[in-house]
Amino acid sequence: MSIPTRIAQKPKRALHRYRNFFLTFFVLLSLSVTIILTSYLSSLGKTVKRSKYTALTLDNVNSPVVKQIAINSPSANPTNASCNYFNCFNIYRCGNQGNKLLVYVYPLKNYVDPANVPVTNQISKEFYLILQAIAGSSFYTSDPFEACLFIPSIDTLNQNRLRVKEVSQALKSLEFWNDGENHLIFNMIPGSVPDYNTVIDIPVSKAMIAGAGFSSLTYRAGFDVSLPVYSPHLENYKRQAQNRRNWLIISSQININSAFQQDLIEVKITFPNDLMVLGPCYHHNPMNSSIRCAGEDVYNYPDVLETGTFCLVIRGARLGQSSLLEAMAAGCIPVVIADSLTMPFHGVIDWIRAAIFVREVDILKAPEILKNVSRKRVVELRQHGTWLYERYFKSIQAITETTLEIMSDRVYPHLARDYNYWNVPQYPGIVPSLFLPVTAPKTRGFTAVILTYDRLESLFILITKLVKAPSLSKVLVIWNNQRKDPPEPSQWPKINRPLKVIQTKANKLSNRFYPYDEIETEAMLSIDDDIVMLTADELEFGFEVWREFPDRIVGFPSRTHIWDNSSICWKYESEWTNHISMVLTGAAFHHKYWSYMYTTSMPGDIKEWVDDHMNCEDIAMNFLVANMSGKPPIKVTSRKKFKCPECTNTEMLSADLNHMIERSQCINRFSSVYGTMPLKSVEFRADPVLYKDVFPKKLKRFNDIGSL
Amino acid sequence: MQAKKRYLLLFITCAFLAYCYFGGYRLKSEKWTVKKQEPHEKLPSYLTLNEEFYDKDLKSTGINNLLLVSRNTNQCRMETCFDFTRCRQGFTVYVYPIEDNISPLYQKILNVITESRYYTTDPSRACMFVLGLDTLDRDPLSAEFVHNLPSKLLRLTYWNNGRNHLIFNLYSGTWPDYAEESLSFDLGYAILAKASMSQFKLRPNFDISIPLFGKQHPERGGEPGQAPENHFPTNKKYVAAFKGKRYVHGIGSETRNALYHLHNGKDLVFVTTCRHGKSWRELQDEHCQQDNQEYDMYDYEILLMNSTFCLVPRGRRLGSFRFLEALRAGCIPVILSNGWALPFHERINWEQAVIFSDERLLLQIPDIVRSVSNADILKYRQQTQFLWERYFSSVEKIIFTVFETLRERLPWEGKREGSVWNSSPGALVTLPQFTDSQQELPFSNCEPGNTFTAIIYSQLGSTAVLYRLLRSVAKSKYLDKIILMWNTDIPLPRRPRWQGIRASIHVVAANGISHRFYPQKLMTTSAVLSLDEDATLNTDEIDFAFTVWRYFPERIVGYPARSHYWDDSKRSWGYTSKWTNDYSIVLTGAAFYHRYYNTLYTELLSSTLHKTVAQSQNCEDILMNFLVSHVTRRPPIKVTQRKLYKDTTVAGIRSPWNDPDHFIQRQTCMNTFVAVFGYMPLLRSNMRLDPVLFKDSVSNLRKKYRQIELVSN
Repeated sequence: MSIPTRIAQKPKRALHRYRNFFLTFFVLLSLSVTIILTSYLSSLGKTVKRSKYTALTLDNVNSPVVKQIAINSPSANPTNASCNYFNCFNIYRCGNQGNKLLVYVYPLKNYVDPANVPVTNQISKEFYLILQAIAGSSFYTSDPFEACLFIPSIDTLNQNRLRVKEVSQALKSLEFWNDGENHLIFNMIPGSVPDYNTVIDIPVSKAMIAGAGFSSLTYRAGFDVSLPVYSPHLENYKRQAQNRRNWLIISSQININSAFQQDLIEVKITFPNDLMVLGPCYHHNPMNSSIRCAGEDVYNYPDVLETGTFCLVIRGARLGQSSLLEAMAAGCIPVVIADSLTMPFHGVIDWIRAAIFVREVDILKAPEILKNVSRKRVVELRQHGTWLYERYFKSIQAITETTLEIMSDRVYPHLARDYNYWNVPQYPGIVPSLFLPVTAPKTRGFTAVILTYDRLESLFILITKLVKAPSLSKVLVIWNNQRKDPPEPSQWPKINRPLKVIQTKANKLSNRFYPYDEIETEAMLSIDDDIVMLTADELEFGFEVWREFPDRIVGFPSRTHIWDNSSICWKYESEWTNHISMVLTGAAFHHKYWSYMYTTSMPGDIKEWVDDHMNCEDIAMNFLVANMSGKPPIKVTSRKKFKCPECTNTEMLSADLNHMIERSQCINRFSSVYGTMPLKSVEFRADPVLYKDVFPKKLKRFNDIGSL
Repeated sequence: MQAKKRYLLLFITCAFLAYCYFGGYRLKSEKWTVKKQEPHEKLPSYLTLNEEFYDKDLKSTGINNLLLVSRNTNQCRMETCFDFTRCRQGFTVYVYPIEDNISPLYQKILNVITESRYYTTDPSRACMFVLGLDTLDRDPLSAEFVHNLPSKLLRLTYWNNGRNHLIFNLYSGTWPDYAEESLSFDLGYAILAKASMSQFKLRPNFDISIPLFGKQHPERGGEPGQAPENHFPTNKKYVAAFKGKRYVHGIGSETRNALYHLHNGKDLVFVTTCRHGKSWRELQDEHCQQDNQEYDMYDYEILLMNSTFCLVPRGRRLGSFRFLEALRAGCIPVILSNGWALPFHERINWEQAVIFSDERLLLQIPDIVRSVSNADILKYRQQTQFLWERYFSSVEKIIFTVFETLRERLPWEGKREGSVWNSSPGALVTLPQFTDSQQELPFSNCEPGNTFTAIIYSQLGSTAVLYRLLRSVAKSKYLDKIILMWNTDIPLPRRPRWQGIRASIHVVAANGISHRFYPQKLMTTSAVLSLDEDATLNTDEIDFAFTVWRYFPERIVGYPARSHYWDDSKRSWGYTSKWTNDYSIVLTGAAFYHRYYNTLYTELLSSTLHKTVAQSQNCEDILMNFLVSHVTRRPPIKVTQRKLYKDTTVAGIRSPWNDPDHFIQRQTCMNTFVAVFGYMPLLRSNMRLDPVLFKDSVSNLRKKYRQIELVSN
């Protein structure tokens, strides 16, 4: 205790005076060094990016560089209606960085005509956010020469706020315009009085349009991207947790055309308790966007949509309506009444899962149609709509990123995400029904994979027994003992099937589930070297059952898990129970695919943990298969005494008890890694059709089954 | 003292440093966010209420606009060019009487339609019209080209410029440009179901792209997929292959002409030949000689079976036969046909089954196919098999898929989600009229509920056997209600024996044997327990079968197992009730199945099948097994050892089971069914399911299903 202090006191006298000074000096020095270093590093980071091209800066949004468009400068060619991905998109610009879509955004500029009048209104918040989202996304590049996609930074979101001809001239003047090739024009409010075209009227030549409110006549499939009309109301809107939905239908739009308005009034008269028609508040402030009125009643908008089950989205002057997103945000199922409307992200999103479509001529029948929707379906539609909204439409950023993802899928079609990625919530990466409902072919048989350490005697017995099963095609011995080499080939039992020994590098349990190339069959029989009590009939029948359930573990020793209420945790159970939830891989058939999954896709640290503890690899496998397939295992035939049939001494008992505790711990540990209990219990097992029937033995296919 | 000072100083400096670090950071970030938020917070929104309010469509042009457009038949949409009112009675199809000679393939199509459930003989009730004129081949150079089609069309009684007509076509255009739209007649408002369509030519949500299929394509049934194995990782010899002709010159020749660049003879085999047509020698280029040599070294079929990916490049037209051939072989198609709308692309999500590539980037193909992971290859290959078996393997399936796509466009017929179309068992056997929610179908992973409805078919009246059965059913804790199907020939007893039974029993009149599968409104549970009146099951057996069924709601789970076999001497299928080591039928005399199959039985099966059952007053249970196996492609499930499920003591009265003709009749039924289905859908199983502790040497008290142990066979 005292010795170290004495040592420490020795130099004290010599440096006594200067200690404080040095200490302060040192502290200050290190402080200044850190400050300089941080500032230097942060500036360095910026300069690295700026090395060749300047990254997009949006800070100058209020005072961008002014660029004048000459009065007679050429405008872009008219939008080419017959453009498609193959004739107007230059694929050779893409692929500069492997399979990554690179997007360039032109610097912000204020385009003015010769009279210094800007060609568009001030840049809108939404367009600013679009540019910001692109610049912040992984697709962004500041190098226009490696870019595949170009985004003009001229705000074209709302056609009412721009001058068509001048904007086209401005587009044409862009540095890399090249007749609009690979350019993407964002737009949400197309058309104008009186025709209200369904596509933005600016001539954009070969450019693609990411636009809202396309009709199926103007949307160029595989080329344009259909967007939703973003609603500024939703910026600060938050849905209440619970709200009673008293109204069957709510119509909230203020821009419905008069014919539909008449229809709605008619419907309201027939179904006064089902339909609520909201309009602008003439007696308040009709220009207040956050309220809507039904007669004298004033409601907050869009909160009022939370009281409806269905919300109408009716074509107004334009096809696309912001009420679609408002309804979805409020958890109100959109009922789209707009013939020929191309829905947002058409082609990837399956809208049948989230919306109801009613033809314009059927508007009067809408209440009947909607009343026929079952309750379960209503819940499904609402849940899916909410999910879609949260994933794709929640913010301008989400919408922009989805647009770029769709573009990326087009440019790299071999990497395109499928229906499940876009439309199935909680897509786990693996299709639950990995295997088609088929009976696996018999011809190839199965490969027996034996994990062994040094029990040669029982191993040899096992091999000679296995060979009696006609469907066995190969024996694979996993030699897990590094201290000892496997016996010479001459010492192995002579069998008429190929036998292969694999020496492992480390004594790990997971070696038994490695998908060795030597396993050439679909089915593998995973078996311990001491399981010598299985008969050939049992093995053959087990394989037959596996063929009928190729996506499950099919085997002999079964266990179950039970919830222990006293200790509030799972318990491992090996007693004679009426149900089973695990089949131990000490003697079980399973598809080689599960071995691959065990090796590559085991969640958390389960695999390492099993290897460290040298236990529970079979439980881990059962968890994995049950979690991925959602199906329980199949136990084959009656219960057997598996371990050590002849020994009954009491010493085993305490070892057994420890074993059970350890196994219970495994179950609890794994279920916490999965976050749930994937195991499923069943009350049945598989037997041969004529099992224990009073029937001539000669006529039974599997006789030697079920003895202890 | 000194130490104290020193530590104090150290502490202060540390605190200062910490403050600088954390505080400074906060200061900096605050400054940053303020600076960043400023610009866009102040910006105006792109849309104000004003605009929404004033941008009203004052002229109410919308619909009229569309109608104006509809004069231009190139821009047809369902809303403008289709008469929905004709289809109010449902989706029915009328076929004009056959005029002229029609090709065997078109004859097949018409056969399929006239024998289908869509067919109507009454043109006034028809929703769609199909021509009796062969329009499959519209290449004027072809022998099967029908001349003077425009004038023949005009003579048709209901033509009406093609409204509600469906026109099938496989080939259009001719040498040298093979223009897709040149059909040599005016389509008018007719819907075109055509092969090799381009995405940019077809009228979206109106025309339908179908696959190119050959004369040998089977009318119904069809060959199963050739890749039933799920080897992992894939063990094919070649990564990608192609063998076909190339055209040297003209439309669509560039892609195939360039393929030899990719050929390496090892894992990539791309061989072409210039030999085709009469004058290939005049047209050949410098590479033809070598190409022809290599071409002869490989066999097409062998390549197909031994390759993981198969190139499907465009020919003169966009589609080719090899697309279906590759699909069937489980050789993942790599599509090299820019703009081709793959068959039924509206509903089938091809991204799950094929690799799309770009003709412009031909040389990337080796890299692309090599980059696909093993797990993905397995998924793709399984999807090819699924799609082939459910939508493409026979003319019937292709035509029905066209019809179902069209039917979904009628708003009152119900729509299926994309996941129904793209996962087993597919859309052709998923009827939207059963439910609008996927959860209620047997194929979903949802809980099928924990109660069942028992349906007892009674022909004998209120007997003691029936009473005993009612009693054991009523004792089940899973029972929802019992429906007694009372044969109308027998009067209802005034004071039935079952009055004392504590379960809700509904008596329903049944006329005819198929009536037991009629979808009753009374049935609300997913599970249906179908029973013959003389079935002898105890409560434990019923409960156990139900718990098993809940794990296999898509299958028939029950007791009486039967088998089918091929009788080589008679060249026909046989039916046996002998005890065998396997089974393929579980009779509905004592079995659980999903209520959905009642709807399918009534709605999906063709009238020929219903007639067969009605005439023989027999075989309805076999037909149900055919149907379920056809839908699921899985065998039924037999539970526990009970084999005799009929009480033989009452059988003497009127039971058909003692009738020797009975078996012959069932055999005949079976062969009729096979003919109508076009194949034998029944599948065999080698196992039955027993309770976990069945006949185990453990105390009976431990067992849950004790009564089952006592049943002798």
